[in-house]
Amino acid sequence: MSGHSEHNTKTLKLIVWRQAGPDKPGRFETYTAKNITDHHSFLEMLDVVNEDLIKEGKEPIVFDHDCREGICGVCSQVVNGVPHGGHERTTVCQLHMRLFKDGDSIYIEPWRARAFPIIKDLMVDRGALDRIIQAGGYTSAHTGGSPDANAIPIPRHDAEYSMDAAECIGCGACVAGCPNGAAMLFTGAKVSQFAALPQGQVEAAERVANMLKEMQDCGFGNCTNHYECEAACPKGINVKFIARLNREYLKSLL
Amino acid sequence: MRFLSSSVGRKVLMAITGFFMLFFVTVHLLGNSSIFIGPGALNTYAEKLHSLGPLVWIFRGFMFLMLAVHVFFGIMLTLENSAANPSKYAIGRKLKATFASETMIWTGVLLLSFLVYHLLQFTVRVTPDIMPDAVANRPGDVYKMVLGSFRITTISLVYVAAMATLFLHLSHGIQSLFQTVGCSNDKTLPKVTMVGKLVSALFLVGYSAIPVLILAGILKN
Amino acid sequence: MILDGKCPTGPVEKSWDKHRFDMKLVNPANKRKYKILVVGTGLAGASAAASLGELGYNVEAFCYQDSPRRAHSIAAQGGINAAKNYPNDGDSILRLYYDTIKGGDFRSREQDVWRLAQVSNEIIDQCVAQGVPFARDYAGYLDNRSFGGAQVSRTFYARGQTGQQLLLGAYSALSRQIRLKTVKMFPRTEMLDLVLVDGEAKGITIRDLVTGEIRVHAGDAVLLCTGGYANVFNLSTNARGCSVTAIWKAYRKGAFFANPCYTQIHPTCIPQAGDYQSKLTLMSESLRNDGRIWVPKNKGEKRAANDIPEDDRDYYLERKYPSFGNLAPRDISSRAAKEACDDGRGVGPGGKGVYLDFRDSIKRLGEHVIRERYGNLFEMYERITGEDGYKVPMRIYPASHYAMGGLWVDYNLMSNIPGLFVLGEANFSVHGANRLGASALMQGLADGYFVIPYTVAPYLAASKPGKAKEDHPECKKSIEDVKAFTKKLLSINGKETPADFMRKLGNVTWNNVGMGRSKESLTEALAKIPGIREEFWKNLKVSGTELEVNQQLENAGRTIDFIEFADLLCRDALNRDESCGAHFRVEHQFADGEAKRDDANFSYVAAWGFKGDGVPPELHKEPLEFNLIKPAVRSYK
Repeated sequence: MSGHSEHNTKTLKLIVWRQAGPDKPGRFETYTAKNITDHHSFLEMLDVVNEDLIKEGKEPIVFDHDCREGICGVCSQVVNGVPHGGHERTTVCQLHMRLFKDGDSIYIEPWRARAFPIIKDLMVDRGALDRIIQAGGYTSAHTGGSPDANAIPIPRHDAEYSMDAAECIGCGACVAGCPNGAAMLFTGAKVSQFAALPQGQVEAAERVANMLKEMQDCGFGNCTNHYECEAACPKGINVKFIARLNREYLKSLL
Repeated sequence: MRFLSSSVGRKVLMAITGFFMLFFVTVHLLGNSSIFIGPGALNTYAEKLHSLGPLVWIFRGFMFLMLAVHVFFGIMLTLENSAANPSKYAIGRKLKATFASETMIWTGVLLLSFLVYHLLQFTVRVTPDIMPDAVANRPGDVYKMVLGSFRITTISLVYVAAMATLFLHLSHGIQSLFQTVGCSNDKTLPKVTMVGKLVSALFLVGYSAIPVLILAGILKN
Repeated sequence: MILDGKCPTGPVEKSWDKHRFDMKLVNPANKRKYKILVVGTGLAGASAAASLGELGYNVEAFCYQDSPRRAHSIAAQGGINAAKNYPNDGDSILRLYYDTIKGGDFRSREQDVWRLAQVSNEIIDQCVAQGVPFARDYAGYLDNRSFGGAQVSRTFYARGQTGQQLLLGAYSALSRQIRLKTVKMFPRTEMLDLVLVDGEAKGITIRDLVTGEIRVHAGDAVLLCTGGYANVFNLSTNARGCSVTAIWKAYRKGAFFANPCYTQIHPTCIPQAGDYQSKLTLMSESLRNDGRIWVPKNKGEKRAANDIPEDDRDYYLERKYPSFGNLAPRDISSRAAKEACDDGRGVGPGGKGVYLDFRDSIKRLGEHVIRERYGNLFEMYERITGEDGYKVPMRIYPASHYAMGGLWVDYNLMSNIPGLFVLGEANFSVHGANRLGASALMQGLADGYFVIPYTVAPYLAASKPGKAKEDHPECKKSIEDVKAFTKKLLSINGKETPADFMRKLGNVTWNNVGMGRSKESLTEALAKIPGIREEFWKNLKVSGTELEVNQQLENAGRTIDFIEFADLLCRDALNRDESCGAHFRVEHQFADGEAKRDDANFSYVAAWGFKGDGVPPELHKEPLEFNLIKPAVRSYK
């Protein structure tokens, strides 16, 4: 009833970035993925390739993956030039092979940005995003002693706006997709989440200044409003949060 | 100083200086358009401007400052950005970036060189097409000067090409300005982008009309 | 041995308040002298590390992910319970306590559950103060929804991403402490051994997953917040990296493993599509609020779902459990789905699925309301299956999801090894034989924010800080042991990958110890598992070396731990010759298929102690007492 074709399998040519370590030279290697069905996820397809590689005594392709349901944000592959493969609201772990045709060639690369050094193959170090949060991505609420949760009503619109921003999974696709290697969408989303809530007001000025400074110190570039980040974002985070970040920054100067 | 070293601060400077130049381009187009009223109108406009004396120089100084800041930070940000993203992907597929957004630095550099040429031509009046006529005969007749130059096809083509460059620069620049100063959200951005492109197109048509009409022989002595 | 949970005496309702007063405190000036090692940074770990750092302890936190923000708590969709009674529908701490005890089929420790219910309200306050954008009504007040196993609306939620938002809240609190240098964070590290000094937990041995370095971190107490072991079934809704390894290593060092057979099957997962599948995807069971579950009445039904008339549909949950209907507890819904499929009425590929139909809700509320409530779940479903849940009924099937069992802990969350504390899903304490929906998040945060900051103090106050350093002989020995173990994994050079072994193990565990268990199935599993283990050590293939990123090596280590653990899982299931909660022994059921408890013989916590490889583990019992409410037959009819 599902209308799925169980027997049609595909063969794909994978051109994958291999790099032994951060300071080692990288290169593309070509592999063949065989017996792939519509129901394979992209990462399951790589699992198949890796199992074959191991059995041939070769080094499997290293890639970050964990939850495989598009929420942990660890998977990070640029597929044919676009982070996560460029399907709306889809991380690469949720990309399904029904979107590819038999015989397709697929380029797979790691996130590329100065702030994200490559660890191995498709695995990169995104510690810079953690450092941006550490610089101010919180309210300084102590554990315990908080007022009743309903003490301050928050207009539904503000809560929804805040949630829109808070949906960010911190995968870094915005940086990987940005022609400038900028982290403005990531930073903007976190700043906006708190800017919209009463709990975030007290530290608003300090937060935006510190997070922006950390962002620059980590080696991210500057926003030039290409909006590639929004297009690459698997959670559809809107660039209005970058405008909000800019606005919050200007407010912080007053 | 914190403002000048901040990523957003410098971008806001780009936006503000860009805004003033946008303002200038608008006023300049309005002034130029007096040519359509007749030879007298353009010359009267020119004379009026020159009669303002020190005000003209203050204005020129201000615009030069705007330009200098815009160019300086434009180059700096571009260099920083290419350093932040040193290696490119094997397949350079873009989802939202446009030709205009990706070529801002190049359209900027072209516009800067055109501006230098344009000032040498019509303000300092030292380019070969102006020199003989302007210096020898009627220094105050701007209308004749313009007509004389734009009758030369190459000069007109260069001018129109420069205006096309301006169109590209502004079609990204106008919405970028609003986004950078934070006057933007998901509802307004598409509209601002559209209006920005329309305004840029208006500049292209408005400015280019002069050389085109002169070449076509519609505007004449 | 009879275990003592060291619960406070006296009335249950006063137990936590009394205990808080009775506990020793650590002098504020001395706190920074104590180093606390926190392993895992999910809800329990991140909130514990942040709160302890804030109190002034010197904290080191470890996670295998590249960032503490990615722990699998992030995948919880539905919500978090609290006894706020905001909707004024009759909720109270007592009711939350009652529902949790009853949901756990009277196999949890009563005082722990009371404490959980009591602090639940503080959790919501805390999260709101942190800027967690919970759903709100038009007046700006917090919104609630109802959830499986409860007749009141007490579940707070943030769209379908409550776990994500709560984790990010805890992560932000943790990040703040990292900035303040009270917490030192070690991402991409995996704990591979527990170091005991004079019988107390004083350190952990970790492998740096980037450089391959194996080193010891010594401390004054160790907190394991490493989640559950649902991946022992190979296919589960857990992340690929979730493993039993940390708690298994602690078990091998003497920590008791309690109730391993209590594993929860989640009723609303997307059915499996093929053998290559790496994981199952859960859809929040909040879908059951508006979706109706059914299968065709006729075996071998060939019509498409929408062509099957009302009269030929069997809404089996509504039929069997009229008062709870589609919101019947997880174990009951899961078994009912399996029964329907075993009866030949399953739908989809292989007949392993039942319909979850939104047709009637869409008719009643409009598609936009359904979209607003569950939009992201429908999107997720369509991405994976290629089908539109608004137009054709979704297909769902149960999948392994959560482990109620875990390391045994006393009321202070300390295991039988002094200094070893276990928080969140990794311990056994509050969910009994079955966990209610939206209670896992509650437990993780309760343990981390509001329990451990108090209960770690009595142990620390009684011990001298800095007792063991990294150069202690036990630390050095632990490093050598881990290195030898790693070398051994790399040296076999056989033919099968860790994934091959996980599939083999999963076949045995899912079929024999999954939803329904019998003496035969368990005996069979116990006969098969040693074979898998033996083959593992003969025929494993791991490429690469140990001094680099080596994901196969990581997988191999986790796989052998799962294989060893599976044996304990089966033993516990075999020992527990009754049905209770999610543990369903087919020998023990009522005529209508309900679980039949045996309180006379099994009202105890089964805590297993390691006696050596190849030696059967030793069973210790902690008798369960119920003072506030008396065990009754759990009925959801």
